[in-house]
Amino acid sequence: MTQSEHDWPLYEVFIRARSGLEHKHAGSVHAADAAMALEHARDVYTRRQEGVSIWVVRSSDITASDPADAQALFEPARDKIYRHPTFYEIPEEVKNL
Amino acid sequence: MQLRSQNAPGGRRAPGPKHRTPPLCNIPCVYTQALNAPAPQGAGGAAVEPAELTAAFLARVDADERIEPKDWMPQAYRDTLIRQISQHAHSEVVGMLPEGNWISRAPSLKRKAVLIAKVQDEGGHGMYLYGAAETLGISRAEMTAQLLTGAAKYSSIFNYPTPSWADVGAIGWLVDGAAIMNQIPLCRCSYGPYARAMVRICKEESFHQRQGFEIMLTLARGTAAQRQMAQQALNRWWWPALMMLGPSDAQSKHTAQSMRWKIKRFSNDEIRQHFVDVTVPQAQFLGLALPDPELRWDAASGHFHIGPIDWSEFQRVLSGHGPCNRERLEARQQAHEAGRWVREAAAAHAAKHASKEARRA
Repeated sequence: MTQSEHDWPLYEVFIRARSGLEHKHAGSVHAADAAMALEHARDVYTRRQEGVSIWVVRSSDITASDPADAQALFEPARDKIYRHPTFYEIPEEVKNL
Repeated sequence: MQLRSQNAPGGRRAPGPKHRTPPLCNIPCVYTQALNAPAPQGAGGAAVEPAELTAAFLARVDADERIEPKDWMPQAYRDTLIRQISQHAHSEVVGMLPEGNWISRAPSLKRKAVLIAKVQDEGGHGMYLYGAAETLGISRAEMTAQLLTGAAKYSSIFNYPTPSWADVGAIGWLVDGAAIMNQIPLCRCSYGPYARAMVRICKEESFHQRQGFEIMLTLARGTAAQRQMAQQALNRWWWPALMMLGPSDAQSKHTAQSMRWKIKRFSNDEIRQHFVDVTVPQAQFLGLALPDPELRWDAASGHFHIGPIDWSEFQRVLSGHGPCNRERLEARQQAHEAGRWVREAAAAHAAKHASKEARRA
């Protein structure tokens, strides 16, 4: 084992459990290329028929929001309760609304 | 901004000191029970962490929120998790060896298929856990180097040999059984990626324990020689299985901190007692005797009472002097070396195709 040894690139794995469902993040694998990443993802994450489809994407290609920005990004939605149907008062006798 | 935590502000230790590897110290629980010198902070001394960040972190932990890779966390929390998760991963990987020893000699095609599936699961568990540890900023190569050089520990239990087929049964029943006791609370661990890996692992672990018990049951209901095999395997694995749950609470220095951080939810002794309480009746069902003359039911406490554990054996195995420590490490080193040409060839293949793609573009 030499310290100079490098890891293969890291890929994030997304799996569709059944047709009709969205792909969901399952974990990550190292692989030399995308084709190998699919094979590794299959071996590591679908040994019990957990999926019908796999996506892999280089981890370094993902852009993620910063937790420090969470307030700026998500707080503005907090006071906009008029975006929810329960905000509106409709008389009981009105049906199908 | 990266997905992972390497570049998170205040996340990694400041660049400079080459002490990138977290100090290895005792996080006493199953699979991660090393007893190296405790040194919660790097040799260079860590920067003082802002009190308000620490307070906010602890408030989130108290509220049972999960901490995610890019969130701010105390350096000691990060180091503790890297150490615990990587040692847990190493245990899964080394754990393939004692049982792998019997794949070619399993007594039937069914048993062989089951054992291959189980050993493959252990490898998979190692991969989930390495992945979780990597979200904290340590590389896979670094963890592999720590294992192969002996710098990192793995569970003491995998340094015991498997001389008979019955050992495969005893491992599934007792070792995986003890692991489940420890791993179920880890599904609620405060660190999100570790907790999610544990959920996945726990779903798969139950099959391991049941197939082990079924092997023991088959032997126990077999010929006198088969019953004897099962009894001898139980004699070999009972005490090591109790030890693998980690030092007693009195000796366990880091339990309090890990419980404060909600990495650990129960103490080693609590988990051990629970394991004893559920396992003794299973041994009775098998008609096998547990190798403990002091074992008795204590009606007052509602628990089984066990005799004293020989902790000197535990220390001996952990410090590298168990029956198979050297053999296990050599097997991993050999596998790593034997696979080198495959890794290099795959990397060369990928580089060649990447440059072809680039030329076409």
